Amino acid sequence: MRVLIPGITGRLARIVAMKLHERGHTIFGIDRRKWPEAPPGIEVYQIDIRKRAAEDVFRHVRPEAVIHMATVTHLSVKNEDRYRINLFGTRAVFDHCAHWGAEQCIFVGRHTYYGASADSALYHGEDEPPMAMTTFPELADLVAADLYAGSALWRYPNLSTCVLRTCYTLGPSTAGTLATFLQGKRVPMVMGFDPLYQFIHEDDAAEGICLALEKKIRGVYNLAGPSPMPLSMLIKETGGMAIPTPEMLLKLVFGRFGLPALPPGAVAHLKYPVVVDDSHFRATTSFNHAHDEEATIEAYRRVVR
Amino acid sequence: MANWLSSLPLPRQWRDHDVEARVNRIELPFNHYGIDPFGVEKEELIRFFSVLAWLYKSYFHVHAHGVENVPKRGRGMIVGNHSGGVALDGAMILCSLLLELEPPRLAHGMAEKFLSMLPFASMWSARTGQLCGLPQHAERLLHDERLLMVFPEGARGTAKLYWERNSLVHFGNGFVRLALATKSPIIPAAFIGGGNAIPTVANLYKIGKLFGAPYIPVTPWIFPIPRRVPLDVYYGEPIVLEGSPNEEDSVVEAHVERVKSALKTLIDAHKDDVR
Repeated sequence: MRVLIPGITGRLARIVAMKLHERGHTIFGIDRRKWPEAPPGIEVYQIDIRKRAAEDVFRHVRPEAVIHMATVTHLSVKNEDRYRINLFGTRAVFDHCAHWGAEQCIFVGRHTYYGASADSALYHGEDEPPMAMTTFPELADLVAADLYAGSALWRYPNLSTCVLRTCYTLGPSTAGTLATFLQGKRVPMVMGFDPLYQFIHEDDAAEGICLALEKKIRGVYNLAGPSPMPLSMLIKETGGMAIPTPEMLLKLVFGRFGLPALPPGAVAHLKYPVVVDDSHFRATTSFNHAHDEEATIEAYRRVVR
Repeated sequence: MANWLSSLPLPRQWRDHDVEARVNRIELPFNHYGIDPFGVEKEELIRFFSVLAWLYKSYFHVHAHGVENVPKRGRGMIVGNHSGGVALDGAMILCSLLLELEPPRLAHGMAEKFLSMLPFASMWSARTGQLCGLPQHAERLLHDERLLMVFPEGARGTAKLYWERNSLVHFGNGFVRLALATKSPIIPAAFIGGGNAIPTVANLYKIGKLFGAPYIPVTPWIFPIPRRVPLDVYYGEPIVLEGSPNEEDSVVEAHVERVKSALKTLIDAHKDDVR
């Protein structure tokens, strides 16, 4: 299958590309960044997905399937830029897919879409509304991109669209929101709260994305790994030291004293869990994570510490 | 428990080895770190039940009767009456199911929503399986073949005053629809003596709201510190309801009355028992 991956140089996207390449698919990528060590056979176009040249790639490559991974998730990028990249980029991908005859498009979203709050259910199903913006406004662009991607299900009925809401990834690449948060020696917590965190080995996440492609699933799915763990335990097991901080002081210490810099909205994610139910995806694709909690944590810890 | 607070050592005399052995025999899918998929933590259960077991065995001398009516495995709803101004009833029922049932089981209570917002309380309740009282949680726990503990009287029940201690107030009907939807047996559990342990003479609703709680109970000695009195839990025979969860209110209310009546019969039969 001819597969185009916008955002191919991201750590998770690279693993997906390598896996699909090994399985005999023909892989093309679009990214503003370079991938110098890309294996022969994977063609990477160094282009911004929102520019006209990206459409030329679609016309030239004529992909049968597209895996959209060109969203910015790290919060160090300004909100306005994130909005432009995530929303206009997602729009461009789906428009090009429909126009140039792609049969399938997978949007790789985030489980944080559901939001963290005291009165939300522990396990979120795919039918639940996005509540992330109520407590974490900085995530609004990712939620909007997710909803926009979901709307392709009715806007482009001939395109098989899959929105895959993936939980945090951990693994040897040490990339990703949770992996970055846990990297420092000291990791902040909100005193008196210890939410469950859900994560998946990056290799399993990539395998899930490949399965979504190969099984040509259509619809919205959650993708997760082993059972969630309390944040304090995750910090301890990954070799960090939890720093419980009174909530009123937390915003003042973000980015200071060796603690990671987080936006104010992140406090809700340090108090309440965001855990998803991925049974729908497992039943549809026969997906099973290969790495349990211990193996996932060990793979991450070995590189970080 | 892994968090910093729980890493504080529990005094040796407070770690009950019988409790530890029984917690280790609870049939829940704990992972390598002793955490189950709902976030219940084995180590925290040992700490929590070690304290409760002392109250259960040494302070109150709780007697549990008819515990054989509780299913050893599979889903079930323990439906109890509130007795006493604070959640003593729930705590002692939880403890009886761990200490008296073979094999020991963990029942999941549905905690008041305000608890989830309180520092430490939310952490403690989540780690011991007492999840926020949402219908989604109740349904998921039952589908996972767990034991659910519900008090259909709600906060109105714990607000009962001393002279109302053996009465039942209005029952909500959500628990019956849930039992019908999940085909779960209902096990009535009459808790007797809570009103004697914490004889509420008034409830301070306005002050309670300041703390995010429905009310603060007041006893003759002001604070709701329980007296050392005998307590009893009577488990009745399981009630299996037939029908659809979408029945008309009148049909569901008839089911509610059936459960309420079973509970009332248990209370009336034993409220004057002297130990």
